[in-house]
Amino acid sequence: MGVSVIVFALVQLVPGDPIRLALGTRFDQETYDALLERSGLDQPLVQQYFNWAGRALTGDLGVSFRSGETVTSLIAERLPATLTLAFASIVVALAIAIPLGTVSALRPRSLVDRFATVISQFGISVPDFWMAIVLILVFAGTLGWLPSGGYVPLSEDPLGWLQRLILPALVTGTVSGSVITRFVRSSVLEALGSDHVRTAQAKGLRTRQVFGWHVLRNALLPLVTVTGVQLAYLLSGVVVVEIVFSWPGLGQLALQAVQARDYPVLQGAILLFAVVFLVINLVVDVLYTAIDPRIRR
Amino acid sequence: MSAPTPVLEVEDLRVRLRTPRGPADVVNGLSYSVGPGETVAVVGESGSGKSVSVLALLGLLPRGVATVTGRALLQGEDLLTMPPERLRQVRGPGAGMVFQDPMTSLNPVLTIGRQLVEGLRAHSDMDKAAARRRAAELLGEVGLPDPDGALDRYPHELSGGMRQRVIIAIALSNSPALLIADEATTALDVTVQAQIIDLVEKLQADHGTGVIWITHDLGVVAGIADRVLVMYGGRCVEDGTVDDVLEHPAHPYTRGLLGALPDLAQPAVDGVVPDLATVPGTPPAPTDLPPGCVFWPRCPVRGDARCETEQPPLVQIGPSSGALPHRAATWCTETSALGTESSGEAR
Ligand SMILES: Nc1ncnc2c1ncn2[C@@H]1O[C@H](COP(=O)(O)OP(=O)(O)OP(=O)(O)O)[C@@H](O)[C@H]1O
Ligand SMILES: [Mg+2]
Repeated sequence: MGVSVIVFALVQLVPGDPIRLALGTRFDQETYDALLERSGLDQPLVQQYFNWAGRALTGDLGVSFRSGETVTSLIAERLPATLTLAFASIVVALAIAIPLGTVSALRPRSLVDRFATVISQFGISVPDFWMAIVLILVFAGTLGWLPSGGYVPLSEDPLGWLQRLILPALVTGTVSGSVITRFVRSSVLEALGSDHVRTAQAKGLRTRQVFGWHVLRNALLPLVTVTGVQLAYLLSGVVVVEIVFSWPGLGQLALQAVQARDYPVLQGAILLFAVVFLVINLVVDVLYTAIDPRIRR
Repeated sequence: MSAPTPVLEVEDLRVRLRTPRGPADVVNGLSYSVGPGETVAVVGESGSGKSVSVLALLGLLPRGVATVTGRALLQGEDLLTMPPERLRQVRGPGAGMVFQDPMTSLNPVLTIGRQLVEGLRAHSDMDKAAARRRAAELLGEVGLPDPDGALDRYPHELSGGMRQRVIIAIALSNSPALLIADEATTALDVTVQAQIIDLVEKLQADHGTGVIWITHDLGVVAGIADRVLVMYGGRCVEDGTVDDVLEHPAHPYTRGLLGALPDLAQPAVDGVVPDLATVPGTPPAPTDLPPGCVFWPRCPVRGDARCETEQPPLVQIGPSSGALPHRAATWCTETSALGTESSGEAR
């Protein structure tokens, strides 16, 4: 509820007149008024909000000003691509972060640690579009191993799906992975220094056991939260990468909606991002309760 | 009786820690031994290096921070130089350790049962069920109510005293040759404490376990120790039999610690156990130890010209009541004996 008000208000703050933009240059007052009335934009804002929220509750997010398609179908069309990229990126991110973060925590100030620090600093600070372009130039251009962009559904062409997924997932995965690497490093370091790990060592457990059950198990608890945050971000915020790779995801949809002042689509997309965030938070909470006995009652 | 081969023989143990304020010499040449069935009490103010000195023995100080030198022979094998796999085998059956902080020394996300069972199974081919039965038995022995139920509980579901007993159970689980108890009974009430002490004494009688008992509680020292080692500034400033040290403390620091002590002839009246007295002033920072006697900056005696500049060696200071020598590291055993109000004399 609160979220929906904020979403609605935010979109209203976007400057520009959607109808004018929808009509383009062919513009006459009559069509304008007709469209205005049909879209409900002539009504007071509060009224508009309740109209929108009421319909949203029933799953009707309205109709795009631009294309005339329903917002729900527009979103549904984009959802698979976005989900695919987000989950692939998280897999890449964790595949980088867990080993790299762990090894650098085990050997602080070692070569590996320094390397990891540089890499994650790089991943955090280098703009993703730049990384995307470099990867395209190398792997799609020079080497010609992978396509430079696009998306095909898994069901149609599994190999093509994978080939097109690799580069964008690598870019977004590296960015998220860099953030998570630092996190893993510090939480493994903390776990390594904790009293209960010392107790485990004092029992004469094998290194593998100490590490798996006492260090990692505890260090990775908070990882659930960061991964959740990163996933939420990946599900909503990878506009630039989607554009560079012509990836037909929600980020692109939202961007186009902003450019066209297509309020219903924009509101729908943002509402979806908000819901995704809430759902991920919920999942994180549920996971936490499952893995951390201190939270269970 | 002349001592048989000691369980533990520590020679010139030194620990240097890397700290933000420079290297800290936390343990500076500690030598002592623990015989089979013997209990050595280690006393000293907070920060005197008691915990660090025992953690160093088992290689439990943070890697990369601590440099440990010297020798520590556990049943003849040097703990400080043994290969990692051998050290692993020794941790548990060779030496069990009860950690000082019961609130943080157990893994919060594993059940008590698991934490005991894994320790048992690391050193035997016991199957899970047998290890669980043994774990429940151990919890019963340390006086935990409902030991079977406790197996499936998590540390946060137990009180501090209960956790401390779990840690004791873990340390005892492999019937160690050496038991190191760092403030093992501080969170426990007197009855439970007595129960634990009985248990340890039984272990000593059955297995000849040598015990290092770090404590602030002079009642416990007087009650269970054969020998006392007084630590100050990472050094042993005085050691000897309980009678010698408690009744005839020689080092000004020891006398300060015992200063406010009610007469030891009637200890632990109604379960009220005396604690160590507080000595005015603060101990030296291990990053900046005085060149002479470590106690010099706080010493009310300062009875010798060498006190400030020359480090006094730990030497025998006089006839001893028992088989063990009574040693102290001070220049002023005679002079100081005159100016003391404590219960004994230094000679
Ligand atoms: N990991 C560490 N890093 C740096 N300094 C440390 C570390 N552990 C202990 N020290 C320092 O070493 C000194 C000795 O500490 P130790 O824990 O051995 O004291 P203690 O005699 O056991 O005191 P207490 O009675 O409070 O347990 C202290 O000055 C402490 O600050
Ligand atoms: Mg301590």
